[in-house]
Amino acid sequence: MLPTSKIVSPPSDDKRWKIVDGMMRRHGHEPHALIEVLHTVQETFGFLTDDGLRYVAASLRVPTSRVYGVATFYHFFTMRPPGRHTCVVCTGTACHIKGASTLLSAVQEEAKIKLGETTKDGNLSLLTARCLGSCGLAPAVVFDGQVAGKITTESIKKRVRDFLGNDQETEILAVGEHQ
Amino acid sequence: MNQDDLANIAAQTKQADSRYDHVIKVCVAAGCLSANSDQVKTQIESEVKQRGLETCCKVKGVGCMGLCAAGPLVSGDTNEKMFQNVTPADASAILDSVMDDKPAPANIVIDSHLDFFTGQKKIVLENSGEIDPERVEDYIAADGYEALFHCITKLKPLGVIEQVTKSGLRGRGGAGFPTGLKWTTVYKAGSGQKYVICNADEGDPGAFMDRSVLESDPHRVLEGMAIAGYAVGANKGFIYCRAEYPLAVKRLRTAIRQAESNGLLGMNIGDTHFDFKIEIRLGAGAFVCGEETALIASIEGGRGTPRPRPPFPAQQGLWNSPTLINNVETFANIPPIIRRGGEWYSSIGTEKSKGTKVFALAGRVTNTGLIEVPMGITLREIIFKLGGGIPEGRRFKAVQSGGPSGGCVPEQFLDIPVDYDSLASVGSIMGSGGMIVMDETSCMVDVAKFFMDFCMTESCGKCVPCRVGTTQMHNILELISLGQATQKDLNRLQELTGMVKAASLCGLGQTAPNPTLTTLRYFMDEYRAHIEEGRCPAGICHPVKVEEEAEVGV
Repeated sequence: MLPTSKIVSPPSDDKRWKIVDGMMRRHGHEPHALIEVLHTVQETFGFLTDDGLRYVAASLRVPTSRVYGVATFYHFFTMRPPGRHTCVVCTGTACHIKGASTLLSAVQEEAKIKLGETTKDGNLSLLTARCLGSCGLAPAVVFDGQVAGKITTESIKKRVRDFLGNDQETEILAVGEHQ
Repeated sequence: MNQDDLANIAAQTKQADSRYDHVIKVCVAAGCLSANSDQVKTQIESEVKQRGLETCCKVKGVGCMGLCAAGPLVSGDTNEKMFQNVTPADASAILDSVMDDKPAPANIVIDSHLDFFTGQKKIVLENSGEIDPERVEDYIAADGYEALFHCITKLKPLGVIEQVTKSGLRGRGGAGFPTGLKWTTVYKAGSGQKYVICNADEGDPGAFMDRSVLESDPHRVLEGMAIAGYAVGANKGFIYCRAEYPLAVKRLRTAIRQAESNGLLGMNIGDTHFDFKIEIRLGAGAFVCGEETALIASIEGGRGTPRPRPPFPAQQGLWNSPTLINNVETFANIPPIIRRGGEWYSSIGTEKSKGTKVFALAGRVTNTGLIEVPMGITLREIIFKLGGGIPEGRRFKAVQSGGPSGGCVPEQFLDIPVDYDSLASVGSIMGSGGMIVMDETSCMVDVAKFFMDFCMTESCGKCVPCRVGTTQMHNILELISLGQATQKDLNRLQELTGMVKAASLCGLGQTAPNPTLTTLRYFMDEYRAHIEEGRCPAGICHPVKVEEEAEVGV
């Protein structure tokens, strides 16, 4: 049995845990608020950390295994830190019909990362979404949380190049020097 | 608030609006917003101010106008004048056109008499594109909450259910279960704690009807849920909404707050003894959570895995209490049914499918967007009349309805009426309303593979037929698209479709083979071209025919 009355303190003195605490309080620390709380953690910190999962587990009196199970079951939750910029390619049916897979390979080629990865310099993460519900704008891509529609291979490559910015160039230079 | 207060707010709002000679409506639903319609709105507002027209011209943000692909959309007065692809620079031209009847540049004018607009019959979407979704007063002025007040003051719960049953409304989530029957079951399930859940987990790729309804007219869904709560005897409702729809969630939150502070939700609604509260629960990107038992598991804070039924949620649902689960569009149909009577609703549609249905028309079709049409309309009318046909003079190949659970309907069935039973008879389903049009540039093997990949990834893994079956089917489809499959593989694929359909635990697995089955049935020639000739007729896959020797080993 997990302790029921122990006051759990946050994993660090990061002030952002107060936001998470507030959410848990609003739900009366009920175990069924787990998903809501995980949403808050991810919204606040950008991703879910092991420490964060343990803290939420202890605070809501839910076994850590269950918290981990929930965090890994849902696609929306990520346990890896995202890059400074994110590029989410919609792979819903309408976007698929209109060539989402070519967009995806264009980004992979341009940024030299695979799906779900982040560039080494942490500048860009490449993700996909099941369907954004913006089918009228197909093919759609979300750049840093902003939905953009009717994307072409050229326009997505340009955005990716902008995101990669100068850091990419320095990295290539660095690689060149190394050789 | 009581009925008189409601009538007062409606009258005041209408009076305030009547002071303006002109109204300019700017769509602020997600589609148009992503094309910067908020900037368009700001620019028109400042232009109005600059010309000193604030007292006679009102600029307001409204919900979805339907033709999403041509956004941002703006319309003037009674929608006689509509504008597309508007940029902030067009603000002045739009004002000239609406105020002084000067012709606007041809590239931004849409013909408001297009079949796309005139061929629709709006019930669920009657307020979309008309009212400001962030103002409860606007909704009240459009007869909002009148149905709820009528129910709680004049009707007994059974009287409400009687109207819903009479209307012939069937669940708009896809399966088409009679709504009245579901309500009756929950009503009869004892007198303890009960819940109402609104399924807004629109995971079906290619569908955006629910998002649009929530963003354009959130109060209607709240009102529908409250009426349902009164009818079945529940005092608590949950809306399970996708986290991928942040704007819908935001508008719902605003709407709930407004309804609570106006006494339209909460304790003693309309000075009666009826209490009803609504909370939002966010999904987290799992398609299976659209299945009702999985959705309940998710609201309870667990992994979204389904469980065997019976017991059905109507008897044992959320926290083992009787629970009514309906889809967004089903709830949105309730207020007009109560206001205008079940008989009126049942006069629309076909014998077994009543009312209207909202479809999200997308893919290779000229007019992409949201339409609401009476049941019984033909697919041909939807695609070629309202949808404007296939762009670039290409040939129609198939229309996919029902998403990963539905099927591809070929040209020979374009004249069947759109209703639950006709679509099922050709191997597809009505589904939640996604309708993706495909032309000759789409490869049907690729489409089958796409949906199987979806089902494989989204399978929750609880039951073996779905978890393993979808993976095996996907592998075979992959082999076919690579040109490395044999007749034997095709036979195995056919065997598997039957097995997965019959043996899976929930709807996800039971319907996962549908896209494959229908493409096998109607487009076998494409499968053969891949397997026998190493050729993809649409040029999507790049099959490489294996040498004969290599095949021997298989």
